[in-house]
Parts: sequence; C-alpha cells; structure tokens
Amino acid sequence: MIDVLLITFIITLFYMAIANRMLTYLKVLAFQGVLLFVVVFLQLKEINTVNLALILLETIVFKSVAVPLFMAYVLKRNNITRESEPFLPNFVSLIITTFIVVVTILLANQVKDTNLDKIFFVVALSSLFTGLYFIATRRKIITHVIGYLIIENGVFVLSLAVGNEMPMLVNLGIMLDIFASVLILGIFLNKIGDVFKDVDVDQLSNLKDY
Amino acid sequence: MIGIYLIGALSIALALFLKKNKTLTFVLLGLFLILQGALTFHAYTNFHSTEWSYFTYDSLAVLLLFALGIITIPAIIHSHIYLEDQPAPQSSRSIYYASIVLLISAISAGYLSNHIAVTWIFTEITTLSASALIYHHRNKLALEGTWKYVFICAISITFVFIGILFLSMSFSNAGSDDLSFKNLLANSSHLNPFWLRLAFLFIFTGFTVKLGLVPMFTAGVDAKDKAPAPAGALLSSVLMNLGFVGVFRFYIVVANTPLHHWANLVIGIAAFLSVFVATVYMIKVKNIKRMMAYSSIEHMGLVMLGVAAGGIGYYAAILHIILHAFVKSSLFFQFTQLYRVFQSKSIYHVGNYFKYNTAGAMVLLLGFISATAMPPSGLFVSEFLIFRSMFEAHQIILLIAVLILLTMIIYAFGKNIMKILFIPAVGFDDSHVPVISPWESSSQFILLALVVYLGLNPSAEFVQLIKESVMLLPN
Repeated sequence: MIDVLLITFIITLFYMAIANRMLTYLKVLAFQGVLLFVVVFLQLKEINTVNLALILLETIVFKSVAVPLFMAYVLKRNNITRESEPFLPNFVSLIITTFIVVVTILLANQVKDTNLDKIFFVVALSSLFTGLYFIATRRKIITHVIGYLIIENGVFVLSLAVGNEMPMLVNLGIMLDIFASVLILGIFLNKIGDVFKDVDVDQLSNLKDY
Repeated sequence: MIGIYLIGALSIALALFLKKNKTLTFVLLGLFLILQGALTFHAYTNFHSTEWSYFTYDSLAVLLLFALGIITIPAIIHSHIYLEDQPAPQSSRSIYYASIVLLISAISAGYLSNHIAVTWIFTEITTLSASALIYHHRNKLALEGTWKYVFICAISITFVFIGILFLSMSFSNAGSDDLSFKNLLANSSHLNPFWLRLAFLFIFTGFTVKLGLVPMFTAGVDAKDKAPAPAGALLSSVLMNLGFVGVFRFYIVVANTPLHHWANLVIGIAAFLSVFVATVYMIKVKNIKRMMAYSSIEHMGLVMLGVAAGGIGYYAAILHIILHAFVKSSLFFQFTQLYRVFQSKSIYHVGNYFKYNTAGAMVLLLGFISATAMPPSGLFVSEFLIFRSMFEAHQIILLIAVLILLTMIIYAFGKNIMKILFIPAVGFDDSHVPVISPWESSSQFILLALVVYLGLNPSAEFVQLIKESVMLLPN
C-alpha cells in the first residue's frame, strides 16, 4: 500500500513536469500533502496522540491547506498569468524528470544498507532533484517557490526513510522552518509584485559589481 | 542563564518592535548590551557546563561569544548613528533594531548549541532576522538582494537538514539516536562511511551560505552590499563565524573517522576555489562594499585551507576567524562615514578621503593593512601559521598558487583603497561635505588595536582557549 502511494507521488512529479497552469501546481502540491499524510499514518506502527497531531498539522494543515491557499492568494494578488512559462518545452521537462527518476533508482541500487527502505530513498532524491530542476528552468519567481516546496516534500519523505525518530524539538523546528520560509518568501513575492509590476526572474538582475 | 538570555532577548526585540519611543529604545538597547555581556561573562565563569541539555559553554563558543560581545557594542552605536542620519520612518527603525537584537541572540545561541539540529534551527533564525535588515531601504535593489538571500539560504538550510537526515542514517547502527556532537564523537567508529560522506557533503554545502565559500557565497555578497553597513558588519564577521561553527563542529566528528583525508580534500577544493573566485571579483569590482564582502570570502577560504592542512593550521584557523571578525567589522563600520561624505558606493565617485575625514581615512588605511595581513596586523600571524601548516602538509604547489592569488588580491585591494584615500574624485562637489567627528572612528581604532594586540601578544588564557577548541582533532 505504501509503495502504491509513493509511486503515485512520483507520478505527481511527472504530472508537474508537463502541467502548464499555476493552479494545477498548487493542486498537485496539496495532493502530495495528503499522500504524505497517508504514508506516515501507515508507516508509523505505534503512534501516540501528540505525534499524530503534529504530523496531521504538518501534512494536512500546512502542506495541503495553508500553503496552497496562501500561494493562491499570492497568485491572485499579483495578477500572475496562469501559464508557467518554462524555458524548456514540456516534452523535454518530462524526459529530464524521467531521467532523474531512472538515475536515482540506479543510485539507490548501489546502496548496500539493509536498514534503508529503497523506495523512500528513490522518491526523496527524485523530488529533491526535480525541485532543483524546476527552480533552474522556470521563469516566474513563484515557480521557484513551488520548486522549493517540492524539495521540502522530498525531505519529508527522506525523514520517513530514516529509521530512528528525530527529537520533538527538531520536528517542531522543521515545521517552523517551512512555515516561516513560505511566509517570508510570499511576503517578499508580494513586494516584488508591487515594486516591479512583473514577477519574472529577469527583473532580478540589477545587483552588479560596478 | 541561556533561558534568561533567550527570553530576555526575545522580549527586548518584541518591545523594540512594538514601542516606537526614542528613550525607551535607548534603554532597551542598553539592556540588551548588558544581557549580551552577562551571557559572555556567564559563559566564561561556567566554562564547560551544559544548560537546557542543548547548550554547552565550550572553549570555541566562549571565544566566539567574546568576539561577538565586543562587536555588538559598536554595531549598535553605529546603527544608531546611521539611522539618525537618515530620514527613515520610525517603523522601519524599530524593525531594524528588533531584527538586529534577534540576529545577535540567534548567533549567540547558535555558537553555544551542542546538537547539530539546534545549530541548524538557530541558523535558520539568523536568515529570517537578516532578511529584515537587508530589506531596510525598501527599494528595488534591496528587494532583489533580500529575495536572493532568503531563497538561497532557504535552499541551503534544507541541504543542511538533508545532511542531518543522512547523518542519522549513518548513525543508525550505533544504537543511539542522540545527534549531539559529543555523542557523535564518542561513537565515531560506528558511523557508516557511505552515509557519513553524503552527510558531510550536504552539511558543508548548506553551511557555506553563511560561511561564504564556494558554492553558495553569492547570496551573502548581495546581502552585505544591500544591508546597511552596520548590519553588513555583523553579516560579514560574526554571522560567517556561525557558518564556521556549523562546519567545524561537524568536521571534528568526521576527522575522527577514516574519512578525514577525504573531508580535507572536499574542504580544500572549496577553499581554494573561494580564494580564486574572490581574486577574480576583487580585480573587477568597483563597489566598495562588495569589495569588502569578497575580501571576507578570501579570508574564509584561507581559514578553511588552514583547517584542511591540519596541524598548526587548526590553531591558525580559529585565531584567523576571530581577528578577521574585528578587522572586517571595523571596515564596514567605517563605510557609513565614507558614504555620508561621498553619497556613493562606487570607487569612481570617491577619492581624496584624507582631506574630508582624517580619522576615518586612517581607519581605512589601517584596516587595509590589517585585512591584507601586513605586519603588525594580527592576521599576519594567523596567515603565516596557515601557510606554515600548508608547507608542513606538503601542499607546496597549492601554497604557491594561493600566494600568487593573494598577491593579486593585495594589488587590487590596495589600488582601490589608495584611490579612495589620495586621488581626488572627478567632478566631486565638496561644498556640502558634512563634518564628521573623529570620535565616531574611535571604536574602529580600538578594534584594529585589539587585532594587533591579540595577534602579537596573546594572553596565555586566549591561547589556551584556542588550543582547547582544537584539542579533539587528530594531528
């Protein structure tokens, strides 16, 4: 069951590679949050209430509701057109994402560690690299934030792959980290929208050495 | 004490943010300085004790807290002078003061933390508070700098976290999940080398954003350029030291495993590339603040070369980061006065500074001598020791390459500083030049004198603290 969910997660990455509209990205991100919650729920054998509440907060409340809603608000406020305007055509994106997934599978097969659940490792690394690829090839600043969120989802999967539990403090820190980064990035995105009247990365190339 | 400190600093920051009263701001900032001093004193008297199970007053932390405590005082004084000079609205002033208090307290807590995840959390907080400082001017360029800084820091911090996850995978055989540095060191023989390698790569790459090395150095340069100079002084001295703490504490763990030589290779490559990149930019750069920022990158490259070479290099590296913090912050503090005279950051629009502000020009000259490690600067001693360690590690070719690059840096740095000091700027109208009190330069003189003193005649206690911080490293 967990495998099916994780494979669905990889499929969402492919879907993102060929999707054109910003709202689709946000919906896929929300869907990923739900997937992650179900995976955690099935993965943790004995779950105590506090931990469950924390994970519920992190996956459902943050990843599936709060962050996508906030991003949708940012989209609306800045009149961002719906197309994502990638530098590369979608077909190439799809091939590169496939390539990333294949390479991570090959890489995971090299790892000789019995403690490691390989499918978690593959999913985590593929979403990490897909996120970086997104950041590198999209023109809009908001897609960079979406790439960052894909990376964060990958990190979440990776933290599930780690056998031993992180202390509570760390969990709390991660949550604050994601929340604060998204909030700060969103606020500055709004400012960029106000100041530059356009939210392309091309606008951000004025800092020079002379 | 750490609890009192964190709660106190947080409430002072909150009060500064909410209350926009001038006298109250003074009182609160004074309180914060006392609190900072008290923490440093407490760290010194309660040496080696642990509080709240995540904070230890060890020798490296005490040394860096001491440097931070000294730099905090002029940073706040110069921030005050800077803000009074400008027609900034009261709200942006209160945000500035609140975030500077938050930044300094997060850096202090980051120094003291003995758990890699806690260091990570406080590094994240420094990003958030620094972003408010960089955005102080609320204009297009500041916005661009802030966006780049926040975004690259967010990615890098995520990298550090991935590294921590790999570290805990590497640790899963040891039967313990306590990731404090002490426990990691005790169990270093049980760490799985494959995961440890990945962990080191990710953690090192992540912390380079604060440390200012290749590959993530770019964001820091933009940040130091756009932040007000007193805040830039903090970003390019004590915040870089926080990045160093993050890398160095984990390096101590790795150095006690068979991966020691591999880790040295990784650090050495990044460090040499940083010196190289700094040289290339120093030759071209025309923006004075960015020139100082690139000089910081060069110094951090040298520090990490010392760490990679080992032996006496470890001692030299710690000495170098402390002295560099004093030198670079005094240069940045001086920059506010330079800007008030010429109203420009470009090297083309400034010149003949001796005529307008003699004391300030002396600071620039002495700061240049200190930053390029000419005697009697203390940096001369630490750089000499770094070169000696490289010589002893038989890295002769690397040493020659670095020396050539450093010569080019001294040439470029010297050319620009001499232009600022002696050659008149073309078309500069000096009828409106403000008179700057020499007293405003006094703090920079003290910092530079401290560099000479600590380099040439370090007290036995100071030497002992440095030796103790590198004690756990194999020779």
